[in-house]
Amino acid sequence: MLGNQTLIVLIGTLLLGVASGMVGTFAVLRRRALVGDVVAHSALPGLCLSFLLFHSRSMILLLCGALVSGLLGAVVVALMKRFTRLREDAIQGIVLSVFYGGGIALTRFIQNRYRNEPGSDLESFIIGRAATMLKADVLQIAAVALVTTIIVLVLYKELTLLSFDEQFCRVQGWSTMGLDLTLMLLTAITVVVGLPAVGVVLTAALLIIPPSAARFWTDRLSTMMMIACLFGGASGVVGTLVSANISGLPTGPLIVMTSTVIFIASWLFAPHRGVVWNGNRSRDLDVDPSWLVTESQFADESPADLQIKRGSGM
Amino acid sequence: MSIATVLNKSATLFGAKTPIPFEGLTTKIAELLSMAPTDVQNAFWTIAVGALCATCCALAGCFLVLRRMSLLGDALSHSVLAGMAAVYLVTGGVEPVPMLIGALIAGVMTAVLTQFVHKAANLPEDSSIGIVFTSLFAFGVVVVSQAKHVHLDLDCVLFGDLAFAGVDLRPMMGWLWPHSFQSLVPSLVITLLFLIVFWKELRLTSFDPVLAVTLGFSAGVMHYLLTTVVAIVTVSAMGVVGLLVVALLIVPPATARLLTNRLSTMLWLSCLLGTVATTIGYFLALKWDSSAAGLTAVVAGIELLAAIVFSPLDGLLGRTIRTVRLRTRICAEDVLAGLFRKQERGDADAGVAVSTVQECIELAGNGFPAAGSIRWLKTRQLLDHSGNRVSLTARGYNYGRSLVRSHRLWEAYLHENFDLPHDHLHDPAEAMEHFIGPEIQRQITDELAAPAEDPHGREIPHIER
Repeated sequence: MLGNQTLIVLIGTLLLGVASGMVGTFAVLRRRALVGDVVAHSALPGLCLSFLLFHSRSMILLLCGALVSGLLGAVVVALMKRFTRLREDAIQGIVLSVFYGGGIALTRFIQNRYRNEPGSDLESFIIGRAATMLKADVLQIAAVALVTTIIVLVLYKELTLLSFDEQFCRVQGWSTMGLDLTLMLLTAITVVVGLPAVGVVLTAALLIIPPSAARFWTDRLSTMMMIACLFGGASGVVGTLVSANISGLPTGPLIVMTSTVIFIASWLFAPHRGVVWNGNRSRDLDVDPSWLVTESQFADESPADLQIKRGSGM
Repeated sequence: MSIATVLNKSATLFGAKTPIPFEGLTTKIAELLSMAPTDVQNAFWTIAVGALCATCCALAGCFLVLRRMSLLGDALSHSVLAGMAAVYLVTGGVEPVPMLIGALIAGVMTAVLTQFVHKAANLPEDSSIGIVFTSLFAFGVVVVSQAKHVHLDLDCVLFGDLAFAGVDLRPMMGWLWPHSFQSLVPSLVITLLFLIVFWKELRLTSFDPVLAVTLGFSAGVMHYLLTTVVAIVTVSAMGVVGLLVVALLIVPPATARLLTNRLSTMLWLSCLLGTVATTIGYFLALKWDSSAAGLTAVVAGIELLAAIVFSPLDGLLGRTIRTVRLRTRICAEDVLAGLFRKQERGDADAGVAVSTVQECIELAGNGFPAAGSIRWLKTRQLLDHSGNRVSLTARGYNYGRSLVRSHRLWEAYLHENFDLPHDHLHDPAEAMEHFIGPEIQRQITDELAAPAEDPHGREIPHIER
């Protein structure tokens, strides 16, 4: 039932989902969820410039250009935070829109000027075109997923520390900047390798939504990461299958919509944190009533006594 | 199909008899520049549309930037597509009014949903924004990609069509106007009304939300009103610049914010900057055969970069110059004070402090401003310099004496008022001496009853007037 091409796309999106879930877990916990969005949008001009420089369809060259300008975007955010008085949200919006604008201008320019050259249709990177994924692309994604997994496993302890207690991490002698840069690099690589499939605008969703959904199911980081990988992979598979069976549906947005459905389902049905689980116990107070001190217990005491009693820890 | 033929076509389509406003003016400009009248007319109307679009966006965007809601603007521009898609799914058509309402609802929904996910699901705010807008946008893209309707076009949503905004003329009130005026003019009116009616409340809730709430203004109501206005602006501007409406919403106001501290100045300046960006962006797009909206964003980014570097308030250039100047002055003054002390100790020949250039540079601290500080001293005729021999001029002597006086007065002042050991007095005085003028010297002298010696027992030099 599955064609050869579908199988390739399926493996690609599965691996992409897993890698994004893993990196995204730390990105979400470190409150860097939108960094992925900035990197993805900033990657577009680099991708185009790389095409203009090399006139090659080679995905590796294009993605290297994308990686460079994506990281440049992240660096510009850091520099502007350091040297201007603008707030971080404004800076992210600025870098994202200006780089993306440059990318749009370049894609349009390339499309108009090199109309007859193969591979000049760079606008497909904006929404992504997973259906045309090649075996080589899947191998790239697999390599990135492997490298990401190794780095995350090697630095697991340090990244955990960084995500939950940055200051303690610094006191322990770890370079928080080095760790942050590693995390940023992992995020950027994952985002860039996902661009051909999911596109500039939506890649960030793969980093944010599966880990956020996984957060409902557990309080343990290792479990959360595994669930995030599972959700990411499942979104990739389901999205690809749906788009393969209904012609004309774009794969990237479907993957994102699948992960949204998983997110909503987790929110509703996850144990302990889910809406349904909490629905029938919302009226129970978590506090033992005997701990509650009411005003009436002090009715026959003067305000001065009350002060002393409260002051002594009543 | 060239722009001119489209223009002619749209003119004949609605009856060539319908007059175009400012037609005489544009024809005159065309004669002056010896260009085709249609080209000038097209450029004229495109600039007008761009200016209108930039003005709406900048007015609303100023408050987004001030209230730290910039990312909401980004999210809105994405999720508006979902509203249009939903309307298409329900009605099967693309009538402008239902589309507008759908897009508006989606815009406000984004703000509500973001807060809801943030609060109810207990997720960080940036994650919740990311979840909401990507989900809505994905839904929008899926529906629009399936829609077999000419007027629901993904390309238009993604890139806008500023380049054709001046071509697409439609009759309104007996004249031919650009089609996008139909949505841009009302949204400008709504934005202006909103600013005028809620001016006080907007300012208060933007700058001091706590005070606003204690005074009885609801910060929440203003938040959602502003969100609604931004949604209206986004929807109307999206047809012109597409997703890049966020660039016009955030970048010009942020640039203006770097250039001024006054809200009213920030508002008109951001409108101006946005208009310049759309205008230049349009001409660059014509030149390079590229996307006008994309180049508008790039031009706006360049404006911001220029503001970061050259802003008179705290631009990088001004800040660097001020720092270098200050460091040069401090180094130079260290040289003067050092030479004065040398002369005071009596190891100068013939009553004039003599030194070598190397020694002076050493006194100045060997850093990069040291060389500059020697030049600084020579141009102000504080140092005499012949060969390797350096000596203080009479002016330099007075300057150095005043510095040493400031130094020792400050030591005496510290000694009098703070219980510091003697070896802790020199370093703060070494820093302060550069900032104590005659006025503060006088105040310290008065307060300490004209001390003759500093705590180390050295004489505090007097200044003859």
